[in-house]
Amino acid sequence: MIGVILILICALFFPGIIVFVKSRVTGRKGPGFFQPMKDIWRLLKKGNVYSKTSTIIFRLASPVYFASVIMAMLLLPMGDSPGIISFRGDFIFFAYALSLGKFFMIIGAMDTGSSFEGMGASREALYSMLIEPAFFILMASFGMLTGYSSFYEIYNSLYFDSSLTIFTGLLAVYVLIQIVMIENSRMPYDDPKTHLELTMVHEVMVLDNSGFDLGIIQFTSALKFVVFGSLMANFFITPEMPLWLSILVFIAVQIFFAALVGLLESFRARHKLRDNNQAILTLTPISILVFFSILLIITNQF
Amino acid sequence: MVILVFILCSFLLFIVPNKLKPYFNILLIVALVAWSSFYAIQVLLSGVSFSEILPVTFWGHSIELIIDPLSAFFICVINFTVLTGSLFSIEYMKMYGHKSSIELSIHYFSFFILHLSMILVTMIHQGIAFLVVWELMAVSSFMLVIFENEKCSVLRAGINYLIQMHIGALFLISAFILLHLKTGSFDFEALKLYFSQNVNIPIFLLFFVGFGIKAGFMPFHTWLPHAHPAAPTHVSAVMSGVMIKLGIYGILRVTMFLQADLLWIGVVVLLISLLSGVGGVACAIIQHDLKKLLAYHSIENIGIIGIGMGIGIIGIALQFPVVAFLGFAGCLLHVLNHSLFKSLLFYGSGIVYMKTHTRNIEYLGGLIKKIPLTALLFLIASLAICGLPPFNGFVSEFLIYNGIIDGLAGQEIWIKVLMLISLAGLVLIGGLAIFCFTKAFSVVFLGNSRKSDISFITEAKWYTTAPLVIIALCILFIGLFPQIAILPVSFVVNSQFANIMTSPEAYGNLPLIQNVGIAGMVFIGIILLILVLRMVITRHAPKEYADTWGCAYNGRIVNGQYTASSFAENFSTIAQPILNQKTNYKPIDREDIFPKQRGFETESEDMVEQKIYSKFIRSVNWIFSKMAIIQTGNTQHYILYAFLMIILLLILTVLTII
Repeated sequence: MIGVILILICALFFPGIIVFVKSRVTGRKGPGFFQPMKDIWRLLKKGNVYSKTSTIIFRLASPVYFASVIMAMLLLPMGDSPGIISFRGDFIFFAYALSLGKFFMIIGAMDTGSSFEGMGASREALYSMLIEPAFFILMASFGMLTGYSSFYEIYNSLYFDSSLTIFTGLLAVYVLIQIVMIENSRMPYDDPKTHLELTMVHEVMVLDNSGFDLGIIQFTSALKFVVFGSLMANFFITPEMPLWLSILVFIAVQIFFAALVGLLESFRARHKLRDNNQAILTLTPISILVFFSILLIITNQF
Repeated sequence: MVILVFILCSFLLFIVPNKLKPYFNILLIVALVAWSSFYAIQVLLSGVSFSEILPVTFWGHSIELIIDPLSAFFICVINFTVLTGSLFSIEYMKMYGHKSSIELSIHYFSFFILHLSMILVTMIHQGIAFLVVWELMAVSSFMLVIFENEKCSVLRAGINYLIQMHIGALFLISAFILLHLKTGSFDFEALKLYFSQNVNIPIFLLFFVGFGIKAGFMPFHTWLPHAHPAAPTHVSAVMSGVMIKLGIYGILRVTMFLQADLLWIGVVVLLISLLSGVGGVACAIIQHDLKKLLAYHSIENIGIIGIGMGIGIIGIALQFPVVAFLGFAGCLLHVLNHSLFKSLLFYGSGIVYMKTHTRNIEYLGGLIKKIPLTALLFLIASLAICGLPPFNGFVSEFLIYNGIIDGLAGQEIWIKVLMLISLAGLVLIGGLAIFCFTKAFSVVFLGNSRKSDISFITEAKWYTTAPLVIIALCILFIGLFPQIAILPVSFVVNSQFANIMTSPEAYGNLPLIQNVGIAGMVFIGIILLILVLRMVITRHAPKEYADTWGCAYNGRIVNGQYTASSFAENFSTIAQPILNQKTNYKPIDREDIFPKQRGFETESEDMVEQKIYSKFIRSVNWIFSKMAIIQTGNTQHYILYAFLMIILLLILTVLTII
C-alpha cells in the first residue's frame, strides 16, 4: 500500500523535475515544479472533442491505457512489503497488462482513420514488440539468480555484493532506463517536443485526444516513468532497511532518475527514425549479457 | 451400434429437402454431441476410462472404443466447436443458394462425417482402424474444402491439401508397420513395449512428422494457408479450431509411452515449435487475405501448444515434475483456448465475408459502425489470441511461461540457454501477435471504408451471433476463473502421464493460477472505475464532434488512411529476409512531368513452400522428364526395347548368370 502511495506522489513531481532540469541546463528559468500537473488538471476538467470517424474504441483507449499502468503499479513491491497483488510470475502479468494498454492505444489511434495516427500506431506496435524480449530476459535472469519468479521475492532475495553482481545490476538499470524511454516515447527514440507529425511516435497517436482523455494519457506517461523507476529503486532497497530509509532511497532514486531523463533529453539528439529499430533491438543482446553474467555467478559463485 | 445408426441417419441428408438440410444436420450433430459428451464428461468426472468393444471385427481384430481422460478432453473440445460451427452455417450457407441439392447434401454429409471421424480418432487405439478413421477425416474435410469447386484456386488448394494429408498418412503407416514388425501389434499401447526395447527417436519422429503435417508445424505447414481461405468459414473454423489439434492429440498419445531419449525428443519438439510460432506469426503480419492471416495464426498457435509440449517432455526427462506439469497443462489448455478464440475469429471473418463479399482487408474499414457486435466479438478474440489478460489466451501462456521459468533452474547450462531461447521466442510471438491483430482489427473494423460501399450492411441474424457470444463468454470465463478451467486439464495431465510423474507438488500450482483470475478481475474493475470517474468529472463539460485532425486538411480522409500494407511496412522491411515479400511498384521518374496513374501491390509467398517444396518438386520433375526420353510413344521403339531385352536375357542365360 505504501508503495502505491509513494508511486502516485512521485508521479506528481516527476514531469516537473524533468522540465526543471531541462530548463536549467538550457539556461532558462523554466516553469514551476507543478506546472505539468496543473496542465493535466486543467485538461481533466475540459470538454472533449471527438472525431466523427471515431467510435467506442477511441473512447475506451485512453482509460484502458491508464488502467494498464495502474494495474502494473499494483504489482510492484516496495522494500519489505509485497505489491497489493503479488504472485508467482507476476512480472509476466505486469508486461502483458502494459501490452493490453498499448494494444488499446494503437487501435484507438487507428480508430480516427487518420493517416498520421496510423503512422504512429504502426511504429508503436513495432517498438513495443521489439523491446519485450529484453524485459522478459532481464526479469527471468534475476528470477534464475534468486530462484523465484515474483517481483517481491526476486527483489527480496537479491544482493549486490560482488563486482560481477554490481555489473549486472548496472546493466539491468541501463536496460530498464532504455525500456522506459521507449515505452514513453522519449529521447533518443522519439522527441515529445517535435512539431513534425511524420517523425513522431507517441505524440502523433494522441493527436485527436483532448480534454480528460489527453489528461490521463499525460499522467499515465508520468506514472509509467515512476513505475519503471521503482523497478530500479528496488535494486537499491534491501529487506533489512528500516522503512524510513527505504522510502528515502525510493524517493532519491526517483528524483535522480527524473534528473537523468532531463539531462539525457537536453544533451542527446534523437535517433534517425529508421535507426530506432536497430537501437531498440540492441537492448535484447544487452539483457542476454545480463543473463550470461548471472549464469557465471551461479555456476562459479564469483 | 450407435455409430452405425448415426452413419445410416446421415444418409438421410440426401433425401431431406434443401431447406431442412441445415436443421437436420444440426439435429444429427446435436445427437452425436449428446452421445459422445455423455461418456466424455463421465470419464472426466469419475476418472474411470470408458471402453466398449464393437461387435464387428476389422482385419481380424475386434475394434475397441476407449475413452480415456485425454480422449475425453479432446471430445469435449471437438463437440463444442463443431456445434457452434453447425449453428453458424445456417445463415452462412444461404449465400450458396445457387448450389445444387446434391452438392449441398454432400457438404452437410461430409460435415457430419468429419465430426464423427474426429470423435472416432480420439476413441480408437487400434492402429489399422485408427488409420481408416484418420483417412476418413482427411477425405471428408477435403470434400468440405472444395465446396466452392467452380473456382480454380479452391480446387488447387483442395488437391494440395489431399496430397499433403496422404504424405502424412504415409509416415503414420510406416510408423505403424515398424511397430507391428517389432511387437506384432498395431495398438498404440504396444508402443510402450516398443519404446522399452528399441531406440525411441526414429519411430517418434515418424509419428511426429505424420501427425505434424496435420497439425501444421512449420516446415510441414504449407497446406494450411491454402486450404483455410478456400473452405467455407464454418469449415475453416472447425478445421483450424479442432481438426489440426488432432495432430497434437496423436503426438501426445505417442509421447505418453516414451521411455528413453526424452530430452532429445523434447528439444526437437521445442525447437520446431519455436520455429512454427515465430514463423507463423511473422508470415501472418503481411497477409491481406483475412482468412489466410488467420490460417498463419493457427500455425503460430500450434507452435505455442508445441512449446508447452516440449517443455513438458523436457520436464519429464529432467525429473522436474512441476515443469512437466506446467508444460503439458499449458499445452492442453491452449488446445482448448485456441479452439475457442480461433473459431470465434473465423466466424467473425465469415460474417465480414458474408456482408462485404471480400476477404481482402485492404478494401475494408469502418465496419464497427455497421456490425458493432461482430466487431466487439472479433476484438475479444483478438485480445485473447494475443495472450492478453484478462482473457483465456493469457492463462495458458502464463502456465507455459511459468514452466519455462521453473525450467531455468535446470542444472546444465545448455538447458538454461534453451529455456532462455524459448522464453524469448514466446515473448516475440506475443509481441508479433499484438502487431498483427492491431492491424487486422483496425484495418477491417475501424476508420472509414477504403474501397467498398458499406452503407447497406446490417448485423448478422441473432442465431448466427448467439453461438459467437457464448464462445466469447467462455473466453472471458476461462480468463477470469482459470482455477476452474484448469481442473479438467490437470486431471488429464496427472492421469495420463502418471507413469512418469507422480507428484503432489504439481497440484500446488492451482492457487497460483487463481491469482491470474483475481488480477484480471481487479484490472477490469480499474477500467470500469476510470470510466465512471470520467463520466463524473466530465458530466458538465461540453462534448464536441469534429473531423479527424488532418494537418489543416478539413475533410474525411479515406484514401489517406493507413492500410494493412502500410501498417505492416516497417515490420516487413526488417523481416524481408524471412518473408520474401514482393512489391510491384514503379516510382515516379524525374522525366514524368505529368505522372500517369500508379498502382502499388505487394504479394508474399511462403518461404518454405517456395524454397524447399517447390524446388524439390521441380528437381524431381526434371529427373522424370529426363527419364521420359525412352518413352517416345512410338510402337516400333517399344518393340525394339522388347527385342533388346530378349537378346540381353539370351546372353545372360548363355553366360549362365541367371
